[in-house]
Amino acid sequence: MKTTIKILSLLFIFLIISSCSTDNQLVENDIYTCPMQCEGDKTYSSPGHCPVCEMNLTQPVAKVLYDETDLLSENSIFNLTSKWQTQNKETITLKDLKGKPLVVVMIYTTCKAACPRLVADVRNIEKTLIAEDIKDVKYIFVSIDPETDTPEQLKAFAVENVMDDENHVFLHGSVDDVREFSNVLAVKYKEISPLDFSHSNIISVFNPGGELINQVEGLGMDQTATINAIKSITTH
Amino acid sequence: MKTKHLILIILSTFTWLGLQAQTKMVFIKGGTFVPLYGTDSLPVKINDLYMDVYPVTNMQYLAFVKQHQKWQKNKVLRIFADQNYLMGWLNDTTLANNMNRMSPVTNISWYAAKAYCDCLDKRLPTVDEWEYVGMANDSIPDARLLKNYNTYILAWYEKPRSYKNTIGSTFKNYYGVYDMHGLVWEWTSDFNSILISGESRKDVDNDKNLFCGSGAVGANDLMDYAAFMRYALRGSLKANYAMRNLGFRCVSDVK
Repeated sequence: MKTTIKILSLLFIFLIISSCSTDNQLVENDIYTCPMQCEGDKTYSSPGHCPVCEMNLTQPVAKVLYDETDLLSENSIFNLTSKWQTQNKETITLKDLKGKPLVVVMIYTTCKAACPRLVADVRNIEKTLIAEDIKDVKYIFVSIDPETDTPEQLKAFAVENVMDDENHVFLHGSVDDVREFSNVLAVKYKEISPLDFSHSNIISVFNPGGELINQVEGLGMDQTATINAIKSITTH
Repeated sequence: MKTKHLILIILSTFTWLGLQAQTKMVFIKGGTFVPLYGTDSLPVKINDLYMDVYPVTNMQYLAFVKQHQKWQKNKVLRIFADQNYLMGWLNDTTLANNMNRMSPVTNISWYAAKAYCDCLDKRLPTVDEWEYVGMANDSIPDARLLKNYNTYILAWYEKPRSYKNTIGSTFKNYYGVYDMHGLVWEWTSDFNSILISGESRKDVDNDKNLFCGSGAVGANDLMDYAAFMRYALRGSLKANYAMRNLGFRCVSDVK
């Protein structure tokens, strides 16, 4: 009987271990403060109420100015672990884009209506920034049509738009990862027919730590807010 | 004696595997249908699939977060779930005393629901797949034209706190799936393909500056108010939102 129990427990342990893939441990950020600062700069390690004024403890809002450490903010897109291919067929994760302000749009290269205008909007933003001597910005174009927009196709599109340099990154990912990425940007899209999609036109700005700091929705919109957002993180 | 032991081992292994597999799934025969929101009212093709019979329960989700710390209430990253995530849970691994273990888990973000299904080698259903199964009543696969089918769903929309009920407490549909209507709303993998902007005035004139090609994607039959409500909800969601009447179930492809 004892051996049976042994065998059984071994089986159980084996099944438990083999059941699901393990998690990658992500950076934790467990600091809570009282919004009224009743006890000065005191921080708490778990959420709850301030012992003095009983207000809900809050987590400090991430600073807009980027902190040059390796810790990722909870809201950083660099927490996504998906893999992407660039127009130069390099495989990257979003974290590889860390360190510079990012201007991000979602497009598809066979788009006849909105995308050329969206690309033009990005080009105008870039022009304005360069005129003010802000050159250290990356422009990211993520394709919502992974089937058609192979890295080769993206390369051709980059060349055609005179954007084939290291500041312009065109990304190709799996259907699932593109859907996830669009959710981070709150971009909506739907395939209407092969080669044609309906999608929302949003220009997003991320700080060098991968936190979303500005979004402008619509085509041919006033992009002052986008430009100011980038300025706010590049000029110290 | 030895055979007895062997039988015991095999039996307990199966019981355990049964628990591991968690929810029962049923086969859904694919087909075509015209969804409320589609492309120029064209039929959509649905492939054969398996669907969870019930929405994922509090108990099942609790077992999941015990294994996957990343998805625990106080450990989840804000980008993946807003502050309402698992609202009401006592702590990372304990449900509140008044929570029914057999109720559908709610206050779940899209990322969390997706991770749960991924973990079991399943996935979230697409909007079209969900609607395809959801248009069945207890006896026919497409009950959308029946008055009592729509009345039933609309009556549920008016009932408060149905998310506290036990899974399986609503009707079993044509495919053998429970609780598609009457318990909770459910996440879908491509909920963000619903291009309805938040403001109704914008919806009417198909604001072309917001959505490329939006004129082509519109409502097919506005009489189907019950379905319209579901699409409107999906259109208003963001992936890190957690709502107390929004749960999920998983599906898997037929290999």
